Amino acid sequence: MLNRLLSNDYPRSKVLAVILVAIFLGLAFAPFLFPGVKALSVAAKVLIFVVLVASFDLLLGYTGIVSFAHTMFFGIGAYGIAVATTRLGPTWTALGVGLGGALVLSLLLSLAVGLFSLRVRAIFFAMITLAVAAAFQTLASQLSDITGGEDGLTFKVPELLSPSFEPFEEPFLGVTIDGRLICYYLLFVAAVALVLALLRIVNSPFGRVLQAIRENEFRAEAIGYRVVVYRTTSSVLSALFATLAGAMLALWLRYNGPDTSLSFEIMMDCLLIVVIGGMGTIYGSAIGAVLFLVAQSYLQDLLRLGSEATAGLPWLSALLSPDRWLLWLGVLFVLSVYYFPTGVVGRLRAAAARKAG
Amino acid sequence: MTAVRDFDWKPLALVPALALLVLPFVGSPSTWLTLTVAGLAMGMIIFIIASGLTLVFGLMDVLNFGHGVFIALGAFVATSVLGAMGDYTQSAELWRNLLAVLPAMLVAMAVAGAVGLAFERFIVRPVYGQHLKQILITMGGMIIGEELIKVIWGPAQIPLPLPEAMRGSLLVGDAAIEKYRLIAVAVGLVVFGLLAWTLSRTKVGLLIRAGVQDREMVESLGYRIRRLFVGVFVVGSALAGLGGVMWGLYQQNVIPQMGAQVNVLIFIVIIIGGLGSTGGALIGALLVGLMANYTGFLVPKVALFSNIALMVAILLWRPQGVYPVANR
Amino acid sequence: MTTINNTGNLLELQGVHTHIGAYHILHGVDLAVPKGQLTMLLGRNGAGKTTTLRTIMGLWHASQGSIHFGGRDITAMNTPAIASLNIAYVPENMGIFADLTVKENMLLAARSASNAAQMDEARLQWIFKLFPAVEKFWNHPAGKLSGGQKQMVAVSRAIVEPRDLLIVDEPSKGLAPAIINNMIDAFDQLKKSGVTILLVEQNINFAKRLGDTVAVMDNGQVVHAGSMAALAEDEALQRSLLGLAL
Repeated sequence: MLNRLLSNDYPRSKVLAVILVAIFLGLAFAPFLFPGVKALSVAAKVLIFVVLVASFDLLLGYTGIVSFAHTMFFGIGAYGIAVATTRLGPTWTALGVGLGGALVLSLLLSLAVGLFSLRVRAIFFAMITLAVAAAFQTLASQLSDITGGEDGLTFKVPELLSPSFEPFEEPFLGVTIDGRLICYYLLFVAAVALVLALLRIVNSPFGRVLQAIRENEFRAEAIGYRVVVYRTTSSVLSALFATLAGAMLALWLRYNGPDTSLSFEIMMDCLLIVVIGGMGTIYGSAIGAVLFLVAQSYLQDLLRLGSEATAGLPWLSALLSPDRWLLWLGVLFVLSVYYFPTGVVGRLRAAAARKAG
Repeated sequence: MTAVRDFDWKPLALVPALALLVLPFVGSPSTWLTLTVAGLAMGMIIFIIASGLTLVFGLMDVLNFGHGVFIALGAFVATSVLGAMGDYTQSAELWRNLLAVLPAMLVAMAVAGAVGLAFERFIVRPVYGQHLKQILITMGGMIIGEELIKVIWGPAQIPLPLPEAMRGSLLVGDAAIEKYRLIAVAVGLVVFGLLAWTLSRTKVGLLIRAGVQDREMVESLGYRIRRLFVGVFVVGSALAGLGGVMWGLYQQNVIPQMGAQVNVLIFIVIIIGGLGSTGGALIGALLVGLMANYTGFLVPKVALFSNIALMVAILLWRPQGVYPVANR
Repeated sequence: MTTINNTGNLLELQGVHTHIGAYHILHGVDLAVPKGQLTMLLGRNGAGKTTTLRTIMGLWHASQGSIHFGGRDITAMNTPAIASLNIAYVPENMGIFADLTVKENMLLAARSASNAAQMDEARLQWIFKLFPAVEKFWNHPAGKLSGGQKQMVAVSRAIVEPRDLLIVDEPSKGLAPAIINNMIDAFDQLKKSGVTILLVEQNINFAKRLGDTVAVMDNGQVVHAGSMAALAEDEALQRSLLGLAL
């Protein structure tokens, strides 16, 4: 049964399997294991990013397409929920409408972008998506009537999911059961389901053809696969999953703005996570997301300590300032691309393969 | 450069065509003139920045997504240099101003070029031939660069006021044309002229033009094209630094993120122009500059989108850009 | 200055293997190119002739074996260094820079000249006599020339300065018979001027008229090497090696 659930895509490394199980359990019981608002926020963010990056991995790692427009679909999902609940009220119907609308918009846009990509070379395509994403972000902050402009939209979610909803008086295992918790578990179930779905997709015949195309497009075409169709489908699927991740984000934050979901930082975060975790593995996004978000949240504290400790050397102190955490992440990123190209998952699998063979 | 009678004039005609097309929408000829000069000035600055990037790609197939770092670096260096030369910049005499601005440009170019040398050696060279890694690593390089700029100059924006004698406008009929914009156009033309002369009249230029078409053959003729590439990369970075200074003066303001912001425009420009083509980069830059100014006046909300629409339109006409480089 | 080893061979390949990606193309090539002679490299399509030339030029690297030029080991050298040893290469696709004029193409090949005026005038005149088209289209973009004319430019480039070794890959491919005769005459003159030439050709006339030494390749190896005269007399051998009589 586990076989079918994971679509035959086992971790293939004991260490990796242990880590993944630990992550799964950690996330499943996060509210109980890690008390406090911050920890739960980090956990929720992990869930959202796992889905977002896994969908990005489908595009980049499995199909070999570099697109910087991924955050655009993330944003569409988030705005879909935000706009719908703002306009139609915090009802499940509104959520449905918002999500549905966002998915349709993403479908159309990704179709257009995907088809256009095939008219131009890969390098052009990467640059064009960069431009499109930037333009979209500008658009979102300018259409303030719909999107709330720079300030974004704050909205309420259905009763069941809102923090004020407390069905039980007594705390359960030390944690108060409230809407927030329910929302978290909704996200958890969604994340697990979506990741398993992605595993199913990449391990299906479709997924194998994608990988063949990534390796050698010319040959794939010569064998008879219509590369156009496969790449476009992959673009669309990737976009749809990203949209769902965006919806998850909006539900959790009960807020969305141009910087929350459309910023270039988020795109870079995705790249960092997928490279560090391991491209073309899906599992990599889980490991990468955990590593990255934990680092992001707690690295700044670490840097602050370092910065204060080196106060005597002002230039060193400035380099270690917690505001400059992105600098160190950038350095880590560059080093990963050189020395760690297969990411954590790749390394673990290679080590396991060496042991076995 | 092709023989005169074979010259492909159509892309060049796009520039005046766009300008004339917009005239009825703008209405007043004097406003149109102001906008057009502003557009050409912006376009020239963008060209200065983009020319290096397109040659680097054309010659060595290297995609530097971090080109923006040199722009920002040049601009910030200029703030330091000009900041230290207050008595020259505040003087009302143009020659005194130039005594401050020219060194600022030269220092900016030198610093950007030096950083370019390091960038090529440590970030780009290890990933020759691997496009995906290049994209990732050069982006990483840009992030590191941006953060380092914040460390050195602080994360906030820094004003970069124009020197006294360069401020203000000239009146041409009813139109007010900013002096600085004319200067920008002049500098841009000088840079273009130098580049064009180098490419068409010197052996180094010949090597670059040949290398852009068929790198392997140039090596087979006995030339170490890697060395040439490093040179082009450094010059390209220096030019980006110069462009950064001019852009900073144009906006009268510099922020650490300016590299990333201008990056998007640069990519649009070299895609329109055709990767590897200097002439194409000029046309692309002028079109983008004009478009940005016209839409900024007519329909401000769609400014960036208009440039993307322009790019899409051109790609539908010529999928490799207006002057595609042969043999690719 | 290139020196010649005592066997009189300017270029020697010994046991050269070349892999391209996962493909093992050359399976131990032994080839000797004597100085001052024209060596023909014959063989069917796919035998590995072009791969051999590219390996010599360093465009692909030999995974095993050695290549010696003038007594010097060039196996691991990079392409520009090899070309600087005065080896000229005319590839199968001619390598003409289409956007550059014929003059600019020639100037590029003239390493010691930094502008057109510095090219050896006497030598140019000799080239113009060999290939009048080169003079006629001097200021035209090379891309506008016909296939045969491009080929002439490609060969002219290889001889614009004195070279010790010319490596030419199928100069007659796709050319009209009249032009081919032109080409043969030109190579004949080149040979007489003392240049060592390694020529890959499918055209039999080329082989018959110009070849001094011949090497035949099949399946990534040299299966026969000897004088052209000897091969020309042995019809049975010709048929078995090449499938036809010369």
